[in-house]
Amino acid sequence: MSADTHKKPRKFVQDRDALAWHGAYEPYDLAKEFLIALLVVVILVTGLAVLFGSPDDKPVTVRSWSTANPVDFAQTAITELDGTSGTAGYGPPYNLNGDAQSIGPISPAKWLGVHHPIDTANDYVLGPLGTLPNSPEVQAAVSEYRAASATQQAAWTSAYEKAVANATFTDGKLVVPPGDYGPVGTIVSALTDMARSGSLDGALLASRQFYGTDYTKPLLFIADGQYLANLASNDHLAGDQWGMMNETGQWPGQAWLWLYTLWYQVPPANNSTNGDIEVFAFMIGLTTLLALVPFIPGLRSVPRWTRIYRLIWRNHYREVEGRSGGGGTSGSPPQVESSAPEPEPVTV
Amino acid sequence: MTIADPKAPRADQADLDKAADRPEDADQWTAKIRTAAVEALPPQRMLPDRQPAYVASWIYVFGVATIAALGVVIVTGFVLAVMGPNWWHVSSTGLFVNSLHLWAVEVFMFAMVIHLWGKFFMAAWRGKRKATWISGVVVFLTSVGAAFTGYLSQQNYDSQWISTQAKDGINSTGAGAIFNVTNFGQMIMWHIVLLPLIVVALVGLHVLMVRLRGVVTPFAAKNETPGVEPGATTGAEVEA
Repeated sequence: MSADTHKKPRKFVQDRDALAWHGAYEPYDLAKEFLIALLVVVILVTGLAVLFGSPDDKPVTVRSWSTANPVDFAQTAITELDGTSGTAGYGPPYNLNGDAQSIGPISPAKWLGVHHPIDTANDYVLGPLGTLPNSPEVQAAVSEYRAASATQQAAWTSAYEKAVANATFTDGKLVVPPGDYGPVGTIVSALTDMARSGSLDGALLASRQFYGTDYTKPLLFIADGQYLANLASNDHLAGDQWGMMNETGQWPGQAWLWLYTLWYQVPPANNSTNGDIEVFAFMIGLTTLLALVPFIPGLRSVPRWTRIYRLIWRNHYREVEGRSGGGGTSGSPPQVESSAPEPEPVTV
Repeated sequence: MTIADPKAPRADQADLDKAADRPEDADQWTAKIRTAAVEALPPQRMLPDRQPAYVASWIYVFGVATIAALGVVIVTGFVLAVMGPNWWHVSSTGLFVNSLHLWAVEVFMFAMVIHLWGKFFMAAWRGKRKATWISGVVVFLTSVGAAFTGYLSQQNYDSQWISTQAKDGINSTGAGAIFNVTNFGQMIMWHIVLLPLIVVALVGLHVLMVRLRGVVTPFAAKNETPGVEPGATTGAEVEA
């Protein structure tokens, strides 16, 4: 028996198959349409650029941060030293001090481990201070801190962290209520001075190579403070303000991220410690559904159920349904433009 | 004195045209590729000058508008790349070109989203067009990535904030191990080299698929093919 004898009529599924067109063909100048579209887009884009321009708010530097809010800088610096900052306890890919986000046993970040190692105490505080020239007092404080036991270090930093919550900045100096902080007071004050002078920006960048383009360390340091977040909040950019799709000022941002941003505004992601991976997993699922719509019965019928297609092709339907005997796509029986490579058996 | 006809093919080129496409060369890989390409997309299908009468809606314009906007995005991005990443921060001309680039991206994404939803409500995957639909979705996703890395490459406060916020989502997936959103050098390479190449290649593939299958036909009208409903049989033969 030949293969052809097995070839049976297949089921026609409206949401999978398309009728062949036997109607009229009209002139359609694609090249002209493209050039007109290009002209319209150029005029539109130029008009928008002239009218609204584009934002370019200056970046925050460690210098500008510590100058604008030295107390916030000092409060952040001590958390980098004692390992309680966001970056210090982040986990992979920066260190192993925190748990990577997970969904049940699935934790890709944990599996991949540390790829951009950051030791906040050394990279943000002790290391940069070691580059300060002509500073025997500071170097002695750093040496004393390094030589102390972990328990002693924790006692100093803990006491200082509580005290610096009430710190002020007076006459160009950080003023912290007196207490037993060992060398920590000297260390944080010196780092604050270094930051305000601008040399900490350079020290954070120059640690790797001359032509550096990796701003991971200074960016995460700045992001550990409240200053950057406060600026963002004032500019409606915070995560709970739909910030991911917003742009500074009143410019439109990445509006196409609206669905991704939405999940951060509602439970469970907005109060979950695994919110990011939950949102990503959900979006990966939704995106897969979008890509695979043609294969999913029910979902692929939505266009036919909503009947919006009748608005799009209203002229066609007006013409075809206005005359008896059907029109261009009709035929009896219709020819199928099959979408499936293999025929399905007919079930009658 | 003899004046050559400027429209006539060059003599050597004419000889080559005559010499090519011989039956004895039909087994050549090059000949097979050419034959297959011409059979799949003959000039009339590649650049048709007529379309079915149902191709008469403003929704069809948004596909072309998307490509036009992509062209403006690439040209303005090319100028920004030629002048270097610092230029637009210190030059009013550079800032204007950056503005053109930004608004071209906004128009590009807007037109693409309208195009995508238009195709969804046409169920444009029907009739062997599933791959065309999927390629369109992939173009959209790649474009989102291209725009995202553009925002990360601005070297201003916005890129600082976006990168320090986005890192948590990227890191949670494990992708942060190799895709470091706080690494400006890496992000700008993705933005001006890798992702544009992928977007343009995918758009080209997507357009070829559209040309290969043509524009999807409308659903059956009320007075057409009665009884054709999901699950019904039509007796139609499968087209290979």
